[in-house]
Amino acid sequence: MSLYESEAYEYLLDHYENPRNYGTLEDADISYEEGNPSCGDVIRIDVRTQEGRITDIRFSGKGCVISQASASILTELVKGKTLEEVKQMTKDDVLQALGIPISAMRLKCALLGLKVLKAGLYGIHRWPDEE
Amino acid sequence: MQETRPAVGFDPRVLRADFPIFQREVHGRRLVYLDNAATSQRPQAVIDAVRQFYECFNANIHRAVHTLSHEATVAYEEAHKKVARFVGARSWREIVFVRNATEAMNLVAYAWGLWNLREGDEVVLTIMEHHSNIVPWHFLRKLRGICLHFVDVDDQGRLRLDQYYELLERPRVRLVAFTMASNVLGTVNPVQEMVRAARERGIVTLVDAAQGAPHLPIDVQALGCDFLAVSGHKMLGPTGSGFLYAREEMLQTMEPFLYGGDMISRVTTEGAEWNELPWKYEAGTPHIAGGIGLGAAVDYLMNLGMDRVYAHERHLLAYALERLRPIPGIRLYGPEEGPRLGVISFTFEKAHPHDVAHILDEHGVAVRSGHHCAQPLMHRLGMDNTVRASFYIYNDEEDVDVLVEALYKVVRIFKIR
Repeated sequence: MSLYESEAYEYLLDHYENPRNYGTLEDADISYEEGNPSCGDVIRIDVRTQEGRITDIRFSGKGCVISQASASILTELVKGKTLEEVKQMTKDDVLQALGIPISAMRLKCALLGLKVLKAGLYGIHRWPDEE
Repeated sequence: MQETRPAVGFDPRVLRADFPIFQREVHGRRLVYLDNAATSQRPQAVIDAVRQFYECFNANIHRAVHTLSHEATVAYEEAHKKVARFVGARSWREIVFVRNATEAMNLVAYAWGLWNLREGDEVVLTIMEHHSNIVPWHFLRKLRGICLHFVDVDDQGRLRLDQYYELLERPRVRLVAFTMASNVLGTVNPVQEMVRAARERGIVTLVDAAQGAPHLPIDVQALGCDFLAVSGHKMLGPTGSGFLYAREEMLQTMEPFLYGGDMISRVTTEGAEWNELPWKYEAGTPHIAGGIGLGAAVDYLMNLGMDRVYAHERHLLAYALERLRPIPGIRLYGPEEGPRLGVISFTFEKAHPHDVAHILDEHGVAVRSGHHCAQPLMHRLGMDNTVRASFYIYNDEEDVDVLVEALYKVVRIFKIR
């Protein structure tokens, strides 16, 4: 069956069309933006932290359904989590939350949000699937 | 658009039988391959030519007296002769085999540009160039302090020739380097007229024919250009095969590109003398199998006739544009009138090109999505990414129908009205 006609894809489309935590934060503690040069997708993430915990988060950017929906889902996943917990997150946490199989060709789309978040928070610039 | 009738006696479905790849399926569907501007498929004849070299007369060329080496040398030189006939060169010694058009243009930048361009000299390019005809000149800007000019396009993506002719009047323009056809929009440029104007002013001319040579008849003597760069893998040849045509006087007077074995006639501890053409520019053991495969590709295309190849693609382009235009929310790029290759870039306002390409892939349709290595053009036309469908000899109306049907699926999934 077509991935694009599945219910799981409807879930992603909903995040793409109605992104959660979309926008920027004034007086953010950390702002970081990065793109994927091979496709031009860009994601910026603004984070506010308090006592080692993410208290607020916004993302903005442009790109395909998978990159934008996964960033939207990621913001929901990490809000309220401690920085230590977020640091432990792996590509599998993101892929599981997406709920659809991601082919190798689209993996970087799905992981761009997590990459940007980890680069901003910890200065980790590797792709999450290469850690 | 003219030439909308199919080429006489030209049957893409019959040709498809020559290409083993069309026996396979993608996601349970017949493969509809529409990414030909990136690379073409290869017919059995080309695959056989490569295999035959390895199985029957594999040896290094120009080295030994044994039989295999002789046979390999003859076959490799014969491939140069076939390519020379394909582009109408005066002599096969004007054909240098390289890996691809990118390497051919780097050869010009290193072997001609590095030695002939000085600070303040100017090079005229166009905004529709592939990165491979921009970045080598950036390199010389950095190293030599040359100045680059980019000829603009109009809103349909046709070159602003008025601007081109104006730039030619500048006294320090030493080189014009431009593409025969845009890999994003399909626009075919008036190469002959542009070359003539440059040569009248003593300006050296480089034509990027990576997109042109696979689809259009080429006669370098009629064009009059100094250099013509071609990729073999976009015209049925093996990957890693390609060639540079250069006027013999240029090749005689230029310095070499790569230095090493086979490009010399004599080496001492003090220096070296260069080998005869074209070997002066083919240092080291070349891609012998690739060159022989390219010769077989040229045979295949010349047997079809390049006039008929172009006529077929014009017909298919007109049919595709007619079928694509009514699709809700689609935006088509490229010139509505004038010469154009079978290349169609398009976008949907609501659906990202990667998602469109992914949905098409599920229908067995291979297209390219992205910036097509032409970021200055994309920027000029206000595009980030596009989906690109590009045709070749084995595509037919049925392929276009499958593409169109899959695009209506995109419309439904993204609820485009």
